[in-house]
Amino acid sequence: MSDAAVVVEDLVKRFGTFTAVDRVSFDARRGEVLGFLGPNGAGKSTIIRILCALLRPTSGRVRVAGLDVTRAPEAVRARIGYMSQRFSLYDDLTAIENLRLFGGLYAVPAGDLDARIRWAVEMGGLSGREHELVGTLAGGWKQRLALGCAVLHRPPILFLDEPTSGVDPLSRRQFWDLIHHMAASGVTVFVSTHYMDEAEYCNRLALIDRGRLVALGTPGELRSAPLGGTLLLVECERLGEALAVLAQTPGVREAAVFGDALHVMVPDAETALRELPGALAAHGLRCERIEAIAPTLEDVFVHRVGTAP
Amino acid sequence: MADPAVAAGGLTKRFAGTLAVDRLGFTAATGEVFGLVGPDGAGKTTTLRMLAGVMTPDAGSATVAGHDVVRDPEAVKSRISYMPQGFGLYEDLTVDENIRFYADVFGVARAARDERAERLLAASGMARFRDRLAGQLSGGMKKKLGLTCALIHTPRVLLLDEPTTGVDPVSRRDFWRILYDLVAEGVTVVVSTAYLDEAERCHHLALLHEGRLLHCDTPARLKAGMPGAVVRVTSPAPDAVRDALRQAPGVTSALVVGDGVHLVVDDAARRVPEVRARLAAAAVPCAEVAAVAPTFEDVFVAAVATSGEAGP
Repeated sequence: MSDAAVVVEDLVKRFGTFTAVDRVSFDARRGEVLGFLGPNGAGKSTIIRILCALLRPTSGRVRVAGLDVTRAPEAVRARIGYMSQRFSLYDDLTAIENLRLFGGLYAVPAGDLDARIRWAVEMGGLSGREHELVGTLAGGWKQRLALGCAVLHRPPILFLDEPTSGVDPLSRRQFWDLIHHMAASGVTVFVSTHYMDEAEYCNRLALIDRGRLVALGTPGELRSAPLGGTLLLVECERLGEALAVLAQTPGVREAAVFGDALHVMVPDAETALRELPGALAAHGLRCERIEAIAPTLEDVFVHRVGTAP
Repeated sequence: MADPAVAAGGLTKRFAGTLAVDRLGFTAATGEVFGLVGPDGAGKTTTLRMLAGVMTPDAGSATVAGHDVVRDPEAVKSRISYMPQGFGLYEDLTVDENIRFYADVFGVARAARDERAERLLAASGMARFRDRLAGQLSGGMKKKLGLTCALIHTPRVLLLDEPTTGVDPVSRRDFWRILYDLVAEGVTVVVSTAYLDEAERCHHLALLHEGRLLHCDTPARLKAGMPGAVVRVTSPAPDAVRDALRQAPGVTSALVVGDGVHLVVDDAARRVPEVRARLAAAAVPCAEVAAVAPTFEDVFVAAVATSGEAGP
């Protein structure tokens, strides 16, 4: 049998006349960390709900951990773990009490529960804090406890929804280290996020726009795939004014400020490199540097999805 | 040289024994985007509330748009616009009706209001949605409508508390474009964010951690000042790369990312060849080993480490 933990073929989901998911196909390997990116309302959450067997597809085939989500939704749900950005922990219970509660909800066999809880405490670095109220724990601890709760039943598939948004960078790094260890042990992890710094931690990224899968690849592949143009870095004075000028200049598809420079997308780099400094100079703006650069993941995102709000 | 638009010194606020903001000082020049950057609990919201004149500091002072926030909060309030998290839109009013409501609150004349609303809605790509109920907008569009309402009068200083949380990258770009237009008009923007990659977009920024200022500088200087260097190893087997390099000399951290490993080393020129040799000796496949620019997350982690904080 193949290595695929999740197989999605020609998935369609309609709500009335609205097509939320439009013929999406992909698969996720065992032990892979797969990121879902896309604008608000692109269909990411709908796909994830279908993978979690919380919504039935209109058509297409979805297999999760070898099971068909339409035919065996209960069995699928028993094989997945889910952690949302707003950790669904009970603040007025202790860490241990939360773990016991989730162990019960996920029907962890009673004989295994103590060992699993000890494992979750150790994994989350929570030793010594087991009996503290969750409401008094700092963000990083809470987040690792929420992860422990989500995986107490040892699911082969794990869904994370913006798992490290707003968490301090040290805790975030510890968290991703845990996730990669879990993936190395065979767990397949889905991450849904708006944040490119979270996307960088994924092995592959699926970019969803208006219900369709518009790109799928490693972060490096996405960055190096052609965008139908060249990205230029432009350094000049008075960035706000320069941005307004470039936005009106023929041959410029998009311009955005990045720190103390502009990222400018042009279909024809040669012409733009020659002409943009003059266009700026005509408005009294001196161009200090202009050169082609490799796009960031955010540039890729913005140029691969539609520009409609 | 003009007076700074925002000048804070020794700002301190305590809640039930916790120092939310601890002797914070910084200045933001007129016509710049100044970022308050840090994770949840860093003190960003409390700082903005004190700057907006809606919360009194326990100690220290701040001048915003030429007025003292403690002695004359009303003078501050009339010269600024403050967009808190969860800005109060009326969900059962349309986009246009919300804008008109805020224009009336701020006493904006009708002609000025219509001209400004048109420009802001066009810039945010919302012109088509003027008749939609605010409650039926997506998260990103609600944020943009909030910004439009906050800007319907012409503030000298704009205070924004995590305006882009939950907003997708396309809408975030629209949002930043509007901010840069304002800055070009001379408005000063103080914006907080928990997303370190947004630090890149500020002219100056204050890195905050647990109420304290770690560093305050331009993004470029903060990156240049980071001790050590970042090396990226691209590999189909990131876990094996991490395990082979974690204990290597000069490597202070090895972090698995999507298609490789992110290393922090003492000296890139010296360590890159060593890393290559070590991976070859361990027969770990790798496509590329190269020094890369640090991210703000790297800068932040290094700043926390040197400030003597161990972190959780």
